[in-house]
Amino acid sequence: MGELWEGIVQAFVLVVTLDAGLVEISMRSLRVTLSALVIASAIALPLAAVLTIQRFRYRRITVATLNALMGLPPVVVGLLVYIMLSRSGPFGVLGLLFTPSAMIIAQVIIIVPLIASIAHQSLRELWSDYHDLLISLNTTKRQRICALLWDGRRALLTAALAGFGRAIGEVGAIMIVGGNIDHVTRVLTTAIVLETGKGDFALALGLGFVLIAMAILVNFAIHSLSKTETRGRW
Amino acid sequence: MSSILPLTVKDAAVRRRGKTLIGPVDLTLGKGGVTIVVGPNGSGKTTLLRMLHGLERLADGTLDWAVPVEAARKRQAFVFQSPILMRRSVRDNLAYPLQLTGTSRSEARQTAEEWARRVGLSDALTRQAMVLSGGERQKLALARALIRDPEMVFLDEPCASLDGRATREIEEILTRAAASGTRLVMSTHDMGQARRLADDVIFMLHGKVHEIGPAAKVLEMPETAQLRAFIKGDIVE
Repeated sequence: MGELWEGIVQAFVLVVTLDAGLVEISMRSLRVTLSALVIASAIALPLAAVLTIQRFRYRRITVATLNALMGLPPVVVGLLVYIMLSRSGPFGVLGLLFTPSAMIIAQVIIIVPLIASIAHQSLRELWSDYHDLLISLNTTKRQRICALLWDGRRALLTAALAGFGRAIGEVGAIMIVGGNIDHVTRVLTTAIVLETGKGDFALALGLGFVLIAMAILVNFAIHSLSKTETRGRW
Repeated sequence: MSSILPLTVKDAAVRRRGKTLIGPVDLTLGKGGVTIVVGPNGSGKTTLLRMLHGLERLADGTLDWAVPVEAARKRQAFVFQSPILMRRSVRDNLAYPLQLTGTSRSEARQTAEEWARRVGLSDALTRQAMVLSGGERQKLALARALIRDPEMVFLDEPCASLDGRATREIEEILTRAAASGTRLVMSTHDMGQARRLADDVIFMLHGKVHEIGPAAKVLEMPETAQLRAFIKGDIVE
């Protein structure tokens, strides 16, 4: 209980004094996670829309696989990305291992299935409402996808935020591909692991509280910008 | 621009899971006028309209427009019994069909506002479509169907579950559309409405066109016992 209280005090002190180390790793956490979120959403949302409106032979298997991939073990993803980016791997020449870019790649792989699966569920319901209308209006496939993505944007926001939640709290994969290098790839989650290992539970807890607060703030900010939960809107 | 009509249907049938929903159907729909489709529940009225509009795939037969089908699809519209409204404002619902054809956003909005005024929805322009009343929703769906100035509009019981006032407002919009040359094909259960609007009547029974002809003849001098019974309000099986 004492450590918990100490953690809260530590977090408060870190935030109030704008501790340089905290600001640096917090900004890096945000930069890596938001970059991964933008890239993953750009892949996952159109993918979900295509899976919703397009009928093809292996559609069911594709959707089932996507759902199954929501549970991808981050450590395994980290290991695979490590092998691909290591000097002897196919992308070793790019020199991305132990950089924030490698962390972004790992996070994208982890959250694309999650965002795509949740988005697909929402878009499927919207498509069942819109199907006859959009066919009747003689829309092209591209127009149907655009209509679904635009009109379903608030549900898709939830999918994206789920992806953000998974990415910001991720540690296994980014520890492997980022290496937790001070001033280079250290982020909040890897710093927490490090401080816990060193036995500095108060600082680890403090960083944890900062991480939770940051996740909540980003969620509030996105909800506020997209005007969800306001009267007469969906 | 050449007319998409007449529409000629020969031996057309729609089947689902081996069961024939309608057909074989033979009919020709020429230019102008209002055709009312009547018949008991399950007789195939909705499926007939959906088939003519291309929402149901033909299992048999042919459906020929005077122009290639892709061109014909662009100049027709469908109003569903339960209006399908997009999760947008009234203005954006109205503007959507225009934006699909490349009309600029400002022009589409201007036309949307004009149509909202015509159907009495001016005050609801910025409201979300989903919060409208039943009559307002159907008026919006109707205006959205008419906004691209289609040559032919299919309407599947547009006044079902509406009260007398809302029905009258819808009928006024339909009468104006028909007067301006839009070809209307509409299903209804309401024989009074059929009498008020119809130039021609199609009586559907068991998935087939049972009787067809000018309204005055079909409604006043029905040839078959089933249509006579239906007009009287008896149960037709």
